Amino acid sequence: MTLFAEAWAWLTAPEQWSGRATLLDRVGEHLQYTLVALLVSALVAVPIGYLVGHTGRGRQLTVALAGAGRALPSLGLLTVLTLLVGIGEADRAATVVFVVLGVPSVLAGAYAGVENVDGAVTDSARAMGMTPWQVLLRVEAPLGLPLLVGGLRSAALQIVATAVLAAYVGLGGLGIYILRGISLRRYDEMLGGAIAIVALAIVLDAVFALLGYFAVRVASGQGRLSTSTEGHR
Amino acid sequence: MKTSRVALLATAVLTLAACGSGDPLAEPTEEGTSSGTGSAVVVGSQAYYSNEIIAEIYAQALEDAGIDVTRQFQIGQRDVYLQALEGGEVDIIPEYTGNLLQFYVPDTEARSSEDVAAALPDALPEGLTILEYAEGQDADSYNVTTEFSEENGITSLADLAGYDGEIVVGGNAELESRPYGPDGLQELYGVDVDFLAIGDSGGPLTKDAIRDGTITMGDIYTADPDLASGDFVTLEDPESMILAQNVVPLVTADRAEELAAVLDEVSAALTTEELIALNARSVNEQLDPATIATEWLTEQGLVGGGS
Repeated sequence: MTLFAEAWAWLTAPEQWSGRATLLDRVGEHLQYTLVALLVSALVAVPIGYLVGHTGRGRQLTVALAGAGRALPSLGLLTVLTLLVGIGEADRAATVVFVVLGVPSVLAGAYAGVENVDGAVTDSARAMGMTPWQVLLRVEAPLGLPLLVGGLRSAALQIVATAVLAAYVGLGGLGIYILRGISLRRYDEMLGGAIAIVALAIVLDAVFALLGYFAVRVASGQGRLSTSTEGHR
Repeated sequence: MKTSRVALLATAVLTLAACGSGDPLAEPTEEGTSSGTGSAVVVGSQAYYSNEIIAEIYAQALEDAGIDVTRQFQIGQRDVYLQALEGGEVDIIPEYTGNLLQFYVPDTEARSSEDVAAALPDALPEGLTILEYAEGQDADSYNVTTEFSEENGITSLADLAGYDGEIVVGGNAELESRPYGPDGLQELYGVDVDFLAIGDSGGPLTKDAIRDGTITMGDIYTADPDLASGDFVTLEDPESMILAQNVVPLVTADRAEELAAVLDEVSAALTTEELIALNARSVNEQLDPATIATEWLTEQGLVGGGS
């Protein structure tokens, strides 16, 4: 327990809140890497996931590829990529590494959401004369939204935990406290940094839980009602 | 075949050690000296390639002297292996005087090889001791590119005060808090620097960062073969800010005499130049530690017919 008290003392010490690189700066860096990687993961994985879910083709291949990407050791990948692009561009290398981690979850959420839409629903949408694009965007995507948000949520958690590695290639973030704490045996700093990461992860998770709640409302009809009234205007 | 047997033995020893860990095992060794001299010496190493080569050299030298050796290499953190040494699970590991001293006395004032080595026996916990240290060092050092050094006429940390531009120092995250980090540079040399944490201990990432100008100077260990490549200039440290890091065998006290008889000779031959050459064989020729150790010991006349 004293360790937690020391970690708390470390977290609240004035050094952490003023000076060159404050705790808030580090949280900002950490959050930035996480959100950028999450955004890129979504940009990559959502179209592919929708395509796979909508056509029902290529599922085996994409899932296998994404899963294989997840198995790559992140620290090794980060080192190799950083050496490849040069350390001045380390943020790009780091983003790629985090995206590789984020894509499988988002992909699974995207295709599962689309795939699990009742066949009768998509059939009737087509019978009403909807084009494949309309079926995807107006029927399948909204109905699959809760699962997609779920995928984003688990990706965010993965990335926020792994963003610790950014400190290894000179990008800062909350990982600095962990790396430095281990080497200097400053366990208050190490635990303080870990607590900050956990807090950040909980906040992110809560945000996505909230988004998930709204996604369910969209999927269960309220959302579509409002868009259809918009259409009549 | 040989390696698999060693692995098997290591596993067996590990299991044994795990069964009777800590003090209950330490007590009986004092009365029953039979397990003292007779049993195999467990040689440990850090998870650092250069350290493993030195450990392998110790191991082969001991084997040549007729002592049974068990290898327990690649033990990561200093916390972990020092505990293993204190618990008697490891008998000897190659260490670096400065880092070892700093582990037990974080605010030590000692800097030179002699002072650091002199301070160590008192700093070490009971049951551990050091043998003669080698002249060879693997210390922190600040390095700039050769172009930077030539353009600005900077060859020493003392020259940095006269440099107008911004100076960014790169190294492991903990360097920022070390006495020879940014604070030391400010105090002893009057230089204000920014700090960038790069976590590969002066490895390829740090070197790349120096080359491409992301950092002005980087912390690279002095036994790194790349320092001889001509790309870098190691800045002198006239104020002796940086702690000496002589290679030294850290051993359990009850086996010190037996081990010193063999290893003092080895340490005497281990200069920084030799250390760099050893590391270069690993980095450039991709040889394994066992081969490098055998060839070096033979070349130095430390094994075989000589003794």
